[in-house]
Amino acid sequence: MAMTARQRAKISLNVQAGIFVVAIAALLLATDWKAISANVFNFGKIGPMFPGIFTTGLVNTLIYTALGFALGLSGGLLLALMKLSSFPLYRWIATGYIEFFRGIPALLVFIAFGYGVPLAFGVQWPIFVVVMVSLGMVAAAYIAETLRAGLQAVPKGQLEAARSLGMPQWRAMVTIIIPQAFKIVLPPLTNEIILLTKDSSLIYVLGLTASQYELTKFGRDGISSLGAGLTPLLVAGAFYLVVTIPLSLLARKFESRSARTKR
Amino acid sequence: MNDVETTKPGGAQTVHAAGVSIKDLRKSYGSNEVLKGISLEVKPGEVVCLIGPSGSGKSTLLRCVNLLEQPNQGAIHVGGFEATDPDVDIDKMRRKVGMVFQQFNLFPHLDVLRNCTVAQTKVLKRSQAEADKIAQANLDRVGLGHLAKRFPDQLSGGQQQRVAIARALSMNPELMLFDEPTSALDPETVGDVLAVMRKLAREGMTMLVVTHEMAFAREVADRVVFMDGGVVVEEGVAERVIGAPQQPRTQEFLRRVLDPTHIEVAED
Repeated sequence: MAMTARQRAKISLNVQAGIFVVAIAALLLATDWKAISANVFNFGKIGPMFPGIFTTGLVNTLIYTALGFALGLSGGLLLALMKLSSFPLYRWIATGYIEFFRGIPALLVFIAFGYGVPLAFGVQWPIFVVVMVSLGMVAAAYIAETLRAGLQAVPKGQLEAARSLGMPQWRAMVTIIIPQAFKIVLPPLTNEIILLTKDSSLIYVLGLTASQYELTKFGRDGISSLGAGLTPLLVAGAFYLVVTIPLSLLARKFESRSARTKR
Repeated sequence: MNDVETTKPGGAQTVHAAGVSIKDLRKSYGSNEVLKGISLEVKPGEVVCLIGPSGSGKSTLLRCVNLLEQPNQGAIHVGGFEATDPDVDIDKMRRKVGMVFQQFNLFPHLDVLRNCTVAQTKVLKRSQAEADKIAQANLDRVGLGHLAKRFPDQLSGGQQQRVAIARALSMNPELMLFDEPTSALDPETVGDVLAVMRKLAREGMTMLVVTHEMAFAREVADRVVFMDGGVVVEEGVAERVIGAPQQPRTQEFLRRVLDPTHIEVAED
């Protein structure tokens, strides 16, 4: 039996849709709906989470993320410039730092700064300092690579033009090159903020007082106190999406804008 | 090399002019020697055009003058500066030397006016108001005063190149370097850029111009230098080098450039 290419494609699509429907149906049938509704979708008991999840959880998540990003951005810029330096020592330091902090889990960094620093130096940093340093140092490694790519994407002629006008190297970088590099990396930089927002949940390994809880810790606390199973964590997850999805849309907007203005 | 003030007929403005003196300049990239001992003088107020086939080293030579390329050997004097002195204050020297690039290299994140003021305020420490005034005057000078608030990507190539000239002029340079300023332009905008350059030349600006525009070189240049293979093959008064070249290589090059459709027919 001879079939046209279009007929074959149509049959293939129908088969794929069929498999999908069967898989969903199997999943729904195998699910223990009673247990799920008591432990995951038990929205009747989560009243006490409000308004604390806004005023404490969400606010702290945003503060921790902003602190980490501030340090990550400045550290990342410094590392990116070091990595592009003509002085080999700077390049080695930057490369070593970036490889190290990209290579180890962020959780270990939190433990190191939360528990290691007090043990080693006998000082207990305030929690927001621990968070800022841990998140910021990890973020700096990732942001450095992003910014390095951005700095290298600025055409060579820009630096030549700036230098030809009598600008010293640092002035040309500050006034001409770095602003253009930032414009180029705005989309990936927004993605870094999304990653940071999620990484701020790792703070749960530190001993926090209730007013320091961020979303994840707030949700975990709800699990043990509300008797609604995992439902509080589901709510916390929803709050993350409230932050990350708009950021993601923003990144896409930056992307389409830079695609439009590209000459 | 002394700075002199020159006023040429037709130009109302007095320009401080600096000359260039190049002696036995050599430059290599690895084992590839692109400048094989070039000597060249540009007197204050003089317009010199560098012509020659691509790869002849003329752009490299031009870029050595403001140290965008580091020469390997030889001496370059620009105004009162010895560019080849390892202790020269490069930034101070470059303030005196305007550079116009083939690809314009305007700053895309700044509007036209800011393109012309950023170095004035950051390098020369002029006030924003003073810098604005000077920039606006130079934009008017290149005929684009009305586009001060536009961004570079809203301009045609020819307009961008004229802004680039205004940007360089806003630093009050004593010497202007042009690196194939019309090579990246649509044919219909070449004339506007050349007109601005012609005007500058009449006003007494010292200019060193790498160009393929033979008609322009012939009309505007005081002298023309023909380079090939990293050496100066022939130089002299524009009319003579372009109109009646003596060297066979110059003759060959000009025949190709002036009549690109010309086909050599082997003689029996």
